[in-house]
Amino acid sequence: MTATPDLSTPPEIGGIGHSVLRREDDRLIEGQGDFLDDVVLPGMLHMAIHRSPVAHARIRGIDSSAASAVDGVVAVVTGELMAAHNLAWMPTLSGDTQAVLATDKVRYQGQEVAAVIATDPYVAADAAALIEVDYEMLPAVTGPQQSLSADAPVIRDEKEGQTDNLVYTWESGDAEATDAAFESAARVVSLDTFYPRSHPAPLETCGIVADVNSVTGQATVYLTSQAPHAHRTLFALVAGLPEQNIRIISPDIGGGFGNKVPIYPGYVVATAASLLLGTPVKWIESRSDNLISTGFGRDYHMRGELALDGDGRILALRADVLSDQGAFYSDAQPTQFRAGLFHVVTGSYDFPAAHVTCRGAFTNKAPGGVAYRCSFRITEASYLIERLVQTAAYEIGMDPADFRLLNFIREDQFPYTTPTGFVYDSGDYHTALRKAMDEVGYAELRAEQAAARAEGRLLGIGIAHFTEAVGAGPSRTYDIAGLKMFDSAELRVHPTGKAILKLGVKTQGQGHETTFAQIVASELGIPVTDIKVVHGDTDNTPYGLGTYASRSTPTAGGATSMVSRKLADKGRKIAAHLLEAAEADIDLAAGTFSVRGTPERSVTIQEVAFAAYTNMPEGLEHGFEGVSYYDPPNLTFPYGSYIVVVEVDAETGVWKVDRMVALDDCGVRINPMIVEGQIHGGLTEGFAKSSMQWITFDEDGNCIGSNFMDYLVPTAWETPRFELLETCVPSPHHPIGAKGVGESATVGSPAAYVNAVIDALAHLGVRNIDMPVLPDRVWDALESAS
Amino acid sequence: MYPPSFDLTVARSVAEAVDALAEGGEDARILAGGQSLIPMLKLRFAAPSLLVDINEIAGLDLLERTNGHLRIGATARHADIVASDLPGGAVASAAPWISDPLVRNRGTVCGSVAHCDPEGDWNSVLLATGATVVATGPGGERSIDIGDFVVDFFTNSLAPGEMVTEVHVPVPAGASGGAYMKLERKVGDYATVGVATHLELGGDGTISAAGIAMTSVAPVNRKASDAEALLVGEAPGDELFAAAAEAAAAASEPRSDVRGSAEWKRNVVRVYTRRGLEAALAQAQAG
Ligand SMILES: Cc1cc2nc3c(=O)[nH]c(=O)nc-3n(C[C@H](O)[C@H](O)[C@H](O)COP(=O)(O)OP(=O)(O)OC[C@H]3O[C@@H](n4cnc5c(N)ncnc54)[C@H](O)[C@@H]3O)c2cc1C
Repeated sequence: MTATPDLSTPPEIGGIGHSVLRREDDRLIEGQGDFLDDVVLPGMLHMAIHRSPVAHARIRGIDSSAASAVDGVVAVVTGELMAAHNLAWMPTLSGDTQAVLATDKVRYQGQEVAAVIATDPYVAADAAALIEVDYEMLPAVTGPQQSLSADAPVIRDEKEGQTDNLVYTWESGDAEATDAAFESAARVVSLDTFYPRSHPAPLETCGIVADVNSVTGQATVYLTSQAPHAHRTLFALVAGLPEQNIRIISPDIGGGFGNKVPIYPGYVVATAASLLLGTPVKWIESRSDNLISTGFGRDYHMRGELALDGDGRILALRADVLSDQGAFYSDAQPTQFRAGLFHVVTGSYDFPAAHVTCRGAFTNKAPGGVAYRCSFRITEASYLIERLVQTAAYEIGMDPADFRLLNFIREDQFPYTTPTGFVYDSGDYHTALRKAMDEVGYAELRAEQAAARAEGRLLGIGIAHFTEAVGAGPSRTYDIAGLKMFDSAELRVHPTGKAILKLGVKTQGQGHETTFAQIVASELGIPVTDIKVVHGDTDNTPYGLGTYASRSTPTAGGATSMVSRKLADKGRKIAAHLLEAAEADIDLAAGTFSVRGTPERSVTIQEVAFAAYTNMPEGLEHGFEGVSYYDPPNLTFPYGSYIVVVEVDAETGVWKVDRMVALDDCGVRINPMIVEGQIHGGLTEGFAKSSMQWITFDEDGNCIGSNFMDYLVPTAWETPRFELLETCVPSPHHPIGAKGVGESATVGSPAAYVNAVIDALAHLGVRNIDMPVLPDRVWDALESAS
Repeated sequence: MYPPSFDLTVARSVAEAVDALAEGGEDARILAGGQSLIPMLKLRFAAPSLLVDINEIAGLDLLERTNGHLRIGATARHADIVASDLPGGAVASAAPWISDPLVRNRGTVCGSVAHCDPEGDWNSVLLATGATVVATGPGGERSIDIGDFVVDFFTNSLAPGEMVTEVHVPVPAGASGGAYMKLERKVGDYATVGVATHLELGGDGTISAAGIAMTSVAPVNRKASDAEALLVGEAPGDELFAAAAEAAAAASEPRSDVRGSAEWKRNVVRVYTRRGLEAALAQAQAG
């Protein structure tokens, strides 16, 4: 890699480090965004899906005559019709198969059974309600423990050779070394905890407008997609359409959070319907459709054990996971990791041995296991280790902050290889935690807590120090459905010096149209306002794997730097020609090429761009554009120290956050304002998970949490005030030293909130309350402790 | 989410509304703020054939104090109660607890009263304060005691063709106070537990009248009559309030659900009744 160029720019250029206002906001705020539901095509029909009201039943028959008879209904599609086109089942991102429309059985409440295509969405909804399905009820399996018991009904009885509900077993680390460490340990502590099922719940639900031209065979598919290129290839593979005839357009997206990574049955049915009918077909989910059937997150039952020596040093970790996969195994994750990156569970701590075992089980619940604002199960891992170290500290009578400081990986140990094989690139955990402790006034708070306890008041201080592993690739290790994880950027600088940057990734609100332009602004000195960022249209952008797992800046951000540097190299040649100097003597800083030693001899990037089309030196190709595919050498490892202070009402169990101090280190911040926005959002989601939000099921498998009255999303009213801090240890391998940050706060904060409530009750012997930490659970814990 | 199809009539007067209701029969419904009805339509829990919109009827949004009553008209919004100086006691205390500003800007008190959702807050307040519902129908106007108006969950005692035109909340002449205590999971959520309390004091400082009613802990908003009876005629004090709180908890019938266990909810009724009585007393004593 070439040496990092000088990337500083004045505010009018607006490169890295400037809190440039988001360039996409004007159109979004003024209602000029272009979302999926804004797509209206001539002759477009509307689709509604009839879903199973029950969790597990055999289908005896489907009567769609009443639906077909409704005025305005064009077609009713059932599994039988899909089967005739070999499309009743489709592959999942984890190599399983998933029913598109149920033919044999329904396996969860909300599963797609039939679809109505009509001239108007109201008619489609009315007709879908008229479809009659004759069900033979089967017992519902609602948890993985029940699912793996000997007498559980086999949910996936259509799979050849499947005689139970086990999806996979997977392990990582060194069992023998771990066992040995546990045998020699002075103390072993353990924690059983459950990370409940949650849902990304983007405010814009998922949808598609499929437009297959019956003459040309061209399929233009408007899709709420976080990964348009990957989806194009998967469409080609699943539907057998020639890839050059598939164009995926992912317009403005109203939030994704991992929910818009999978391909859903509705997409397949709408595309098939458009193909068969020769007209565009729109399908957009209702809120309940989205919450009950599309990719959920978490649902992880976890046990962790730590082996400690007599001084409180960690010797080894054991972690065991039982994952509730729902009816189809459709985690979005790299092929070789059956439990995502859960093996990052050793966290921020330095110890030699770990062993991680994971099992997945089918249940009669919606499939998913998407990386909900998370780099493939890292949230669960981070939650377990941060809850576990807190437990260990209480058990050996050490302050939880001291326990962490004793066991942290030290700054001089980076790059640090963990016992499960990650190579952490950089960090300074001690400085981060100490800075957060100073800010919150940790020592004073401990004194205040003791005084409060003496008066019968319950004050709690919770810490979480997370380390994330984000930004997949490198492509040798990371893929989705076999597609390798690199990413791309194409940069074209027009004769007038204005530029267009095309990306393989796709924003869903993260601010790519601003931050990626800022990278170019820093690299080439073209003002950020002169750069248009294009993404989401597969006919007009280079191939990439999309935006999730905090990967856009680590991968496409790297590509943007690299392509800019290609143009800088070419620009130096052109400048040398214009200035009649040697190429080796040309420096570029903030958009000015100058001759080293005589800086008054200079040309601007705009003059160079113009020359690229009007006055090229002999032997150079015309044009000022390039493309770069960036395959990162490693993941990036952002981290943070979060400290939460709560007060618990001992009479009711209601708890309230008094302080939330969040220190994040994500390396170099491209746009500090946008980074803070991402952190605010993540801290809010962490607060939601820890305090109020979950998807649960009754014993018949009915989903509770199917609308926003039951699935609670906090607003500014109840969300605590956040106090943000930062340190900056740049990534040593990323072209601009940046690490991913989109997910840090969602990953790191739940444990901080929960640890705070537990801390308030810890002197009574309370060690665990599962999320959401509802007041009745706190009250129960208090009652059983006293 | 798409509601089933229905007809809509926009009434310009109470008489027009009542006529339309009578004509529409069983399946006709008043549309007030729509904050309960529209979600029910979208979830397809209700499929009325006709909606009679009362929002354009002039004068129905009245909010005034006359003859020892606070009068709240059928289109007075929750937000109007929050913004006004006229209400006191439990009414003033409850208003900011109704959902969030968006819902309060549209939803009406009378709509909430008519809806008889056991998770709705207003009927507890009206039960605690001894309010009266004014109904108008083909046969004219009549007053119904709130205790007789609330029949069962989602069931009121309106006769066919009748609508609620006002509610009247008594405003005591002497020292009084009231409070509404609500435990909710987040702003905009229905009550997990709600307790309305109302106290009136005699010249000697003893309790001359008491009202306690509970939200979300029984199939209907429930008056804690035994608890009220314990209080009347007594001098206020910690032990008395603890006993009343215990009686209120005993009168509650909560169910375990995603919001929490029945046992815990009963405990919250106990705690909130005591805290509500303390707040009501402080207000009454402050004058
Ligand atoms: C997100 C959300 C949160 C909420 N949270 C709360 C809460 O915390 N506490 C709470 O108490 N309520 C809550 N509500 C309900 C809200 O208070 C409603 O406004 C109220 O319950 C109904 O009033 P409305 O004017 O909207 O009635 P509508 O929805 O218009 O009507 C409701 C029912 O009452 C009937 N009706 C309405 N007016 C009359 C009348 N004058 N005469 C006869 N029948 C009539 C209608 O026909 C219908 O059956 C919430 C609503 C929403 C959407």
